[in-house]
Amino acid sequence: MSTVATDYTLAELCIVAAAEAFRHDGEVLATGIGVIPRLAASLAMKTFNPDLMMTDSEAFLLSEPNPLGKRPADFQQANETWMGFSRIFDNVWSGKRHAMLGPTQIDRFGQTNTSALGGTYQQPKVMMLGARGFPGNSICHANSFFVPGHNTRVFMDGECDFVSSIGYNPARLPRGRSLDDVDIRRVVTNLCVMDFGGPNHQIRLLSLHPGVTVEEVQENTGYPIAVPAEVPTTPAPTVEQLAIIAALDPHNQRAAQIADNPPGIRA
Amino acid sequence: MDKRLSARDAVAQIEDGMTVGIGGWGPRRKPMALVREILRSDVKDLTVVAYGGADVGMLCAAGKVKKLVFAFVSLDFIPLEPYFRQARQSGSIEVMEIDEGMMLLGLRAAAWGLPFIPTAVGLGTDIINQNPDIKLVDSPYDDKEWVAMPALNLDVSLIHVDRADFRGVCQISGPDHYLDDWFARAAKTTIVSCDELVDTTFFADPARAREVFWERAATSAIVEIPGGAHPTSCNPLYGFDVAHFKAYNASAKDGGIESYLNTYLGADEAEYQRNVGGLDAIRALALPTY
Repeated sequence: MSTVATDYTLAELCIVAAAEAFRHDGEVLATGIGVIPRLAASLAMKTFNPDLMMTDSEAFLLSEPNPLGKRPADFQQANETWMGFSRIFDNVWSGKRHAMLGPTQIDRFGQTNTSALGGTYQQPKVMMLGARGFPGNSICHANSFFVPGHNTRVFMDGECDFVSSIGYNPARLPRGRSLDDVDIRRVVTNLCVMDFGGPNHQIRLLSLHPGVTVEEVQENTGYPIAVPAEVPTTPAPTVEQLAIIAALDPHNQRAAQIADNPPGIRA
Repeated sequence: MDKRLSARDAVAQIEDGMTVGIGGWGPRRKPMALVREILRSDVKDLTVVAYGGADVGMLCAAGKVKKLVFAFVSLDFIPLEPYFRQARQSGSIEVMEIDEGMMLLGLRAAAWGLPFIPTAVGLGTDIINQNPDIKLVDSPYDDKEWVAMPALNLDVSLIHVDRADFRGVCQISGPDHYLDDWFARAAKTTIVSCDELVDTTFFADPARAREVFWERAATSAIVEIPGGAHPTSCNPLYGFDVAHFKAYNASAKDGGIESYLNTYLGADEAEYQRNVGGLDAIRALALPTY
């Protein structure tokens, strides 16, 4: 009943691959920050996991995800309950959430950095957003990452310049806790899908996007990746999924998310 | 008790070295007119606690900030706040960088008179390593270690609301009151600017009374400043001023804060509003779509 698409963009492939992160979540708040993560969570909620919860990115929980961007004047969003920022923290600390975000650095432990690069902490070379909610997210609930440009600046050698979120680093493990308490799920990039399911929570290749090689992924990652004997190709979107994505993103914001908006199947 | 004050008299309560909390979130419902009054004053060496936007950027650039307690500073549609970045990258401010939720816990601890609130948030991150003042503690009930988020005791809080009466009953009718109730409760003195001063009978309607998120004993002063959140939003009254933020952001690369302040700040809020196109233009700013 579903038809595999033959013509799709890399952004659409990533949305479908990232949606898979939410498939078995059940009834949790899915928070996708950025266009592709938000469309991924929305696609999951519209298809295989209708139990997901999602906000309007402002202050209400919705029973139907909002389309992205400017909406018609008569558009009525499907409010379910108030969900202002203070209640978001109640949800975060309860653990019933799965966030997908795009950190600036992701090290071999799955630790991330959203705060500062280079220099000293007192005087960083490049100041970014700050730690935001990453510390709380990482210790309280499941997290996935989306990286539109897979390279060794993001997946860098060594440890993050500033560790915004806890990962699988034994040296930083809080007393009384186990590395298994950390719950990093999927890492979706413009090249591949990975997780931290290798030996001792090593990053592991789950699938390669069409035309991408293991060597290319490894060259663009600053630390060794666990590579299974058989690495499948990331499944193509179905025609039905593409139609749902198009309806959720009527202004085609997804076209601006990966450099040059390449096709899903490399030319 | 009549709590009405002029912006100048209200902000004159802030002394050098005080800790000042600022309500709102990023570019949303910030007490910008009160922040501008600080910019016009001689006060200095402030410790600022905020979910930061241009309020933090302006105060840093104007040399008012000794220390910043923050989880982020952002204008949302312009993700990186230009003057906050300059302050960090020049090493000119001390910082206490924490998680967004830790800030809420610190405000709650202050409001409740507690020295700290235990939490898992921050464990395993540089929030702990870079903040010698944030301690880990043992639990009397389990064998884990926990973060003891210290109280963020505020001398003064600055908040902007839609409406208030002369006694300090404050209404926020927009979709989110953010953590403003905790900023109000965590401070010794809470100064609230309002877009509209209303009669006390306004709140008799229970739907309006439900939009009052702290009781008036937590409000110390009321300042009537229509449009006082500009250039940030005060949903549903007006959105944030995209063009103004773009000009502000551009000033960081060309001219600096002096050029921005010379162009816009003025001697008082009336002059500021003339410089940005007037109150009608502020009230006409479209609400953002998220």
